[in-house]
Amino acid sequence: MISKDQSPLNIMLADDDEDDRNFFNDAMKELKIKNNLTVFKDGKDLMDYLNAPDTVLPHILFLDLNMPCKTGNECLKEIRSNPKFKEISIAIYSTSSSEKDIEETFIDGANIYIKKPNDFSKLKKVLKEVVNLNWQFHTSGLNKDTFFFSI
Amino acid sequence: MRLYIKYDINQACRVILQEQLEKLDINYQLLDLGEIEFKENISQETYDSLQEGLSRYGIELLDNQKSQLIQRIKDTIVEMVYEKDKLPTSTISSYLADKLNLSYGYISNIFSENTFTSIENYIIMQKIERAKKLIIEDGLTLTEVSYKLNYSSVAHLSGQFKKTTGLTPSMFKRIVDKRRGITSEK
Repeated sequence: MISKDQSPLNIMLADDDEDDRNFFNDAMKELKIKNNLTVFKDGKDLMDYLNAPDTVLPHILFLDLNMPCKTGNECLKEIRSNPKFKEISIAIYSTSSSEKDIEETFIDGANIYIKKPNDFSKLKKVLKEVVNLNWQFHTSGLNKDTFFFSI
Repeated sequence: MRLYIKYDINQACRVILQEQLEKLDINYQLLDLGEIEFKENISQETYDSLQEGLSRYGIELLDNQKSQLIQRIKDTIVEMVYEKDKLPTSTISSYLADKLNLSYGYISNIFSENTFTSIENYIIMQKIERAKKLIIEDGLTLTEVSYKLNYSSVAHLSGQFKKTTGLTPSMFKRIVDKRRGITSEK
């Protein structure tokens, strides 16, 4: 790691697919930026964790749209209706590439929208880019309210 | 035969530092807690040599100086972006080099190593950030924004906006307006 005096980026992921979770883990390990990753296998576990008192909140949270029990969208709305989670950047990833869906997702409060590419290595590249970009915003004090990124 | 040693790392480092600094004729003072005060400005070359000499011992010059420089670079860029007459389009490198009194190559390397992005990308990021503010807070049209930020055309601004955010400026505005519950369309 290059900069010793930087606190690590806390990243969270909610995804019901085990392969996706493992894969995400690999991608985060390759990041130059120091980070801690916590994964959840569904939306309910995620929300329980976030709502618990004294939880260390993530800087950035990745949500898969398609999850059983509690969907990514439901989580998104619930998180955005709670001011306690105002500072968390939320990245949604989904297979949909419809502009309407993308716009809706941003309107509902997401900061980042990722169209899941078919290629694993492309996805890895995208994930790293997203985390990097989010970190740039974080360290340069830029406005989270108008932080949108679609890829 | 086996010998056991006891060592005082702090003392070893202190001595190494002193030797390296004296070797380069640097006028310095060693403060507590691993801080060195340079009594006069040293050239980039000297700084590099010092760094090289120390790296053999696994000693790295504290990031503090780097962090300060990074911050100065960022501040200079922000100042450039927010004051139109200071926004050079082709001489950004010489502007930064002059302002900070260091070679652009050096500035650029330090910046990239520590921020994981390039100066060029950072400038674009700040410009787009300002574009967002101008669109949302000042209600400027795209033409006005592209003028203020020294883009050659609206198309150029939109292109860079889309490349940086994945959204067009109008989509961006629509999203922000809807989020804020504003229903009027321009």
